[in-house]
Amino acid sequence: MNKIRPRSVRLPRLRTPESAVIVPKVTPKQWLGAGLPGVEASSLNGKLIVVEGADGSGRSTQIARLVQWLETSGHHTVTVGLKGSTLVSEELETAQQGNILSRTTLSLFYATDFADQLENNILPALRAGSMVLADRYIYTLMARDLVRGMNDAWLRNLYGIALVPDAVFYLDVAPEHLVQRVFAKQSQLDYWESGMDLGFSRDLYDSFLEYQARMRDRFRELQRSYPFHLINGERSPDLVAEDLRREVESVLSA
Amino acid sequence: MNKTIAELGFPGRLIAVEGLDGSGKSTQIYLLKRWLELQGLKVYFSEWNSSALVKSATSKGKKQDLLTPTTFSLIHATDFADRYERQLLPLIKGGYLVLCDRYVFTAFARDVVRGCPPEWVRGLYSFAALPDLTFFFKASLEVSLARILDNRPTLKHHEAGMDLGLSTDPYESFRIFQGRIFEQYLAMSSEFGFTLMDANQRIEEQQGMMRRLLTARIDLEKFRKTS
Repeated sequence: MNKIRPRSVRLPRLRTPESAVIVPKVTPKQWLGAGLPGVEASSLNGKLIVVEGADGSGRSTQIARLVQWLETSGHHTVTVGLKGSTLVSEELETAQQGNILSRTTLSLFYATDFADQLENNILPALRAGSMVLADRYIYTLMARDLVRGMNDAWLRNLYGIALVPDAVFYLDVAPEHLVQRVFAKQSQLDYWESGMDLGFSRDLYDSFLEYQARMRDRFRELQRSYPFHLINGERSPDLVAEDLRREVESVLSA
Repeated sequence: MNKTIAELGFPGRLIAVEGLDGSGKSTQIYLLKRWLELQGLKVYFSEWNSSALVKSATSKGKKQDLLTPTTFSLIHATDFADRYERQLLPLIKGGYLVLCDRYVFTAFARDVVRGCPPEWVRGLYSFAALPDLTFFFKASLEVSLARILDNRPTLKHHEAGMDLGLSTDPYESFRIFQGRIFEQYLAMSSEFGFTLMDANQRIEEQQGMMRRLLTARIDLEKFRKTS
């Protein structure tokens, strides 16, 4: 393990762990499929860490804690999320509000948003050697589409442009617990997070439970093809954070 | 390989024209549409790149030069999917003759020239049925270029293929870009069974041939409007 002391900083007499900054080893990156034309995956020095999970699974909390810990440990971090591209985020929002797009169109719209962020945010940050924390990645997009009956092979081809992350965490919370957490936070269920477009039930509460149960099933299926860490998100935030930190530490020193 | 509308068992039929800008394909599909309409047949005509919502993103992307080969390809696929799922497919299921000025082959040619893997692009569009008849207007490259460039039009950045860095001169870039697209079309011709049209012929000769081919291949009486 490399330990580098910043020369200009006066060190305390007792060496605290904070003064030792671990320089992460560069591990070769891979594409999920075809990859992006003209981009060399081997030139990416940073690490890509993905946190997946439903709204209310503790994603944001855990990412905030990871950012704090990583920065304290001397790593530059960049956070990215879905629906954040310059190119189509506004249009995507409009489309969702009107619910006027059919499933293939919406799916491709999200893929465009993802590709734009991949090329303009994620890759440049990785090239610069930053830690990129993705608040959701293609697995959420794939799971949503699979629940909506999209073809698995079609999705695999589509997201063949994506980079294989260095670590993926899925914060697993049972729908019955999830619904309580959402209520505690905003006392209202979201139309799309309840899968109301699918017509399972005209009742928002019932639809939420059905939709989230199906999303959870799809994630478990995806886990067979794409290795990710299934994290029990029903425990206290401290315990979950400990798990994530341990795994990320092993990514950094791998 | 995808199925055609007929193979999928839908009552409508899909007819597409493809070719370079300046190959005369838009003139021909327009004349075909008029002929079918005036016979009282159920006809719908669709152009490439025409859905309102995606248009806003496409024009923003082009204006601000935000597009890479991948996002260029994806945003056009999104646009096409919107048109396909909301317009084309319902009309086809309702027994219409749908005429398309450019179809997925335009994307296959253009995106592959921009560097996207051919299988990836074909996969993107695999949700769409293949046309029952695809006319490819094969004019010599020089003729097509002359038709477009002779009146020195203002070529848009992507239209001229300027994003590929082929040349700093938009006209020269356009020539090289169109040449590469032409090669892609030729390569696809047998893959997708294009009906080759000699675009150097007179307009009337071409139109006569299209009408004969259509009559031979499609039972047009089935598309008569019912009162």
